[in-house]
Amino acid sequence: MAEKVIVCKELTKRFGDFYAVNKISFEVNKGEIFGFLGANGAGKTTAMRILCGLSHPSSGEAQVAGYDVYQQAESIKKNIGYMSQKFSLYENLTVAENIEFFGGVYRVPAAEIEERSDALLQKLGLTGEAKKLVGALPLGWKQKLAFSVAIFHRPRIVFLDEPTGGVDPVTRRQFWDMIYEAAASGITVFVTTHYMDEAEYCDRVTIMVDGKVEALDAPSRLKAQFNANNMDEVFYQLARGAKRSGD
Amino acid sequence: MSVLRYLLKKEFRQIFRDKTILAMMFAMPTVQLIILPLAMNFDVKQVNLAVVDNDHSSYSRQMVNTIVASGYFRMVAAAPSFPAALQYIEREKADLVLEIPAGFERNLVREGQQKVGISIDAINGTKAAIGGNYLLTAIGDFNKDLPVNTNARVAPAAGLIDLTWSNWYNPLAIYKFYVVPAVLVLLLTLIGGFMSALNIVREKEVGTIEQINVTPIRKWEFILGKLIPFWLMGLIVFTLGLLVAWGVYGIWPVGSFALLYLFAAIYLVALLGFGLLVSTYTSNQLQAMFVAFFFMMIFMLMSGLFTSVDSMPPWARLIANLTPITHFIKIMRMIVLKGSGFVDVQREFGYLVVFALILNGWAILNYRKTS
Repeated sequence: MAEKVIVCKELTKRFGDFYAVNKISFEVNKGEIFGFLGANGAGKTTAMRILCGLSHPSSGEAQVAGYDVYQQAESIKKNIGYMSQKFSLYENLTVAENIEFFGGVYRVPAAEIEERSDALLQKLGLTGEAKKLVGALPLGWKQKLAFSVAIFHRPRIVFLDEPTGGVDPVTRRQFWDMIYEAAASGITVFVTTHYMDEAEYCDRVTIMVDGKVEALDAPSRLKAQFNANNMDEVFYQLARGAKRSGD
Repeated sequence: MSVLRYLLKKEFRQIFRDKTILAMMFAMPTVQLIILPLAMNFDVKQVNLAVVDNDHSSYSRQMVNTIVASGYFRMVAAAPSFPAALQYIEREKADLVLEIPAGFERNLVREGQQKVGISIDAINGTKAAIGGNYLLTAIGDFNKDLPVNTNARVAPAAGLIDLTWSNWYNPLAIYKFYVVPAVLVLLLTLIGGFMSALNIVREKEVGTIEQINVTPIRKWEFILGKLIPFWLMGLIVFTLGLLVAWGVYGIWPVGSFALLYLFAAIYLVALLGFGLLVSTYTSNQLQAMFVAFFFMMIFMLMSGLFTSVDSMPPWARLIANLTPITHFIKIMRMIVLKGSGFVDVQREFGYLVVFALILNGWAILNYRKTS
C-alpha cells in the first residue's frame, strides 16, 4: 500500500448550526494528484483550510504529512505549500523579491534560494521580468509564479485552491503540465477546482455536496459508476441535488 | 533569526517602494509642525473693543487711552449707547464693550469711586476671559495713577498687596513653547498608530496574510517583522520633528537627548502595539481607519494637548491617565522645556512601560495564525 500523506476521519467544521464540512473521511496517497470538486459553497475551501492548519476543525480527526491538525499545525506548515484562491504573492514586490521572501521564510538556505530562483525564472521564461513588480504581470503568469513559489521549498504536499480561476485555456494546460511535473517529483497535489476537464487530469477525485463527500474514486471509475460520458455529467448528477448555492 | 531578516527585508522594500506614503511620512511632521503651532496660538492680542462713553470727560478719555495704549486692544467703535455697542458684538465686530457711565469723572473726584461696565462676548471663551482680564489690568493701571489715589492724603486703608511673578521654564509665556513638543508627540502618534494598524490589515485585505499564516513563520517573528520597521520610521520622524522644532521655533531640548529618545522608543512600542491590536480586531482598512480614528480622537482631546489635564474633572482625568499620549506629552514638555531628569519622570516611565506591555501582549494573544 502506498504511503498515506493525508488521512481524514469524520472531519467536521461547524459555524453555529451551519455545517460547512460535515463528517468527511478520505485518504490521500503520496505522489497522487487528488482533485477536490464541488459547487461554490460546498465546503471545499473550508476543508482545505483545515488541512493547511489555517482553521481549527470542530470535530473529527485529520493528519497531514503524519502530523495532527489539532496539536501539530505548525509542523504541518513546514511540510506543505499553499496557493490560495486569492492571488497571494506581494504585488508591490518584484518577481525575484517574492521568490526570495517565500524561500527565506521556509528556511531555504540563501545560496540555495539564489540557485533555485535562477533555475525557476529560466523555466518560467521570466528571467527578463525578474525585476518587474508582480502586480504588473498578466494573471496567467502570476498564477504560474504563485504555484512555483508554493513548491519552491519542496514541500511534501501542495494545496491548490482553484488555482486556474480566470486563466485562459492555454495557460491552464501549461499549469497542469507543471502540476504533473511536481507530482512526478514526489509532491502530493491536493487541488480544488470546478473545471470538470481538469477533474479528468486527477488520479482520484472527491465530489463534495453540501459539506459531505458524495463520491470518491478515479475519474474513469466514477464515469462508469454514474453511467456518464464525462466528469461533467457525473458532477451534474451529484450536484443538482445540492441545497446550498452561490458563494 | 534568519526568518526575521527576510521579513524585515520585505517590509522595508515595501515601505520604500510606496513613494506616496513615504513622502507623507516625512512631509506630515515637517509641514504640520510648521503650521499647527502657529494656528494653535492662544496668546490673545487684538481684542476688539467698543466703547460707550457717556461721560465725555477728560478722565474717561484718559482711561480709554490707557487701555488702547496697552497694545492688546483695538478700539473698533465709540458707540453712542450701550444697545448700539452691543450691535458690534452681535455682528462679531467687537469682543468687549466698555461702558463708562455719565458722571464718571465727577463721582471719581467727589466720592473717590465709580463703577464701569464691561460686557464680554463669551462665544470665544478663551479670548473673552483673557481679554476681560487684560481690560481689568489696564483699568487697574489707570486707577492706580489717578490723582485721587496718588494725591490722597490718607494712606490707602490697607497696604496693597503687589504681586510680581515670573514664568519659569518658558519665561516669556510663549504659547508655542508649550504647543510644539505636544504637536510633535501628536504626529508621532498619528504616524505610528495608523501606519501599523493599516499595514497589517492591508495584508488581511489583499489575502497575503493567509499566505503568511500557512508558512512556518512564528507569531513573534511576524509581529517583530512588522513592529521594527515602523519603530525605526517613528524614530526618524521624531528626529525630523526635533530638527524642525529647533530650526523653525528655536526650541532645543533643555534636558538630555538620551532620555528623550528612551521615552520616544518606549512610547513607539506602546503605540505600535495599539496599531497591532486594532489590526487584529478589524478585517479591512476602512474598519481599521475608523477604529483607530475613534481612539486617536479621544487620545488627542484628552491628552492635555489643548487643555490642562490637572483641571479636568476626576472622571476625565482618569481617562486622560489611561491614554499613553497624555504621559508622553507631559514627559516631552518636562524634558524639552524644563530639563527634567529621569527621577522626575520615572512615574511616567512606569506608565509607558505598562502600556507597552499590555497593548503588545494583548495584540499578540489576539493574533491567531489559525482561526
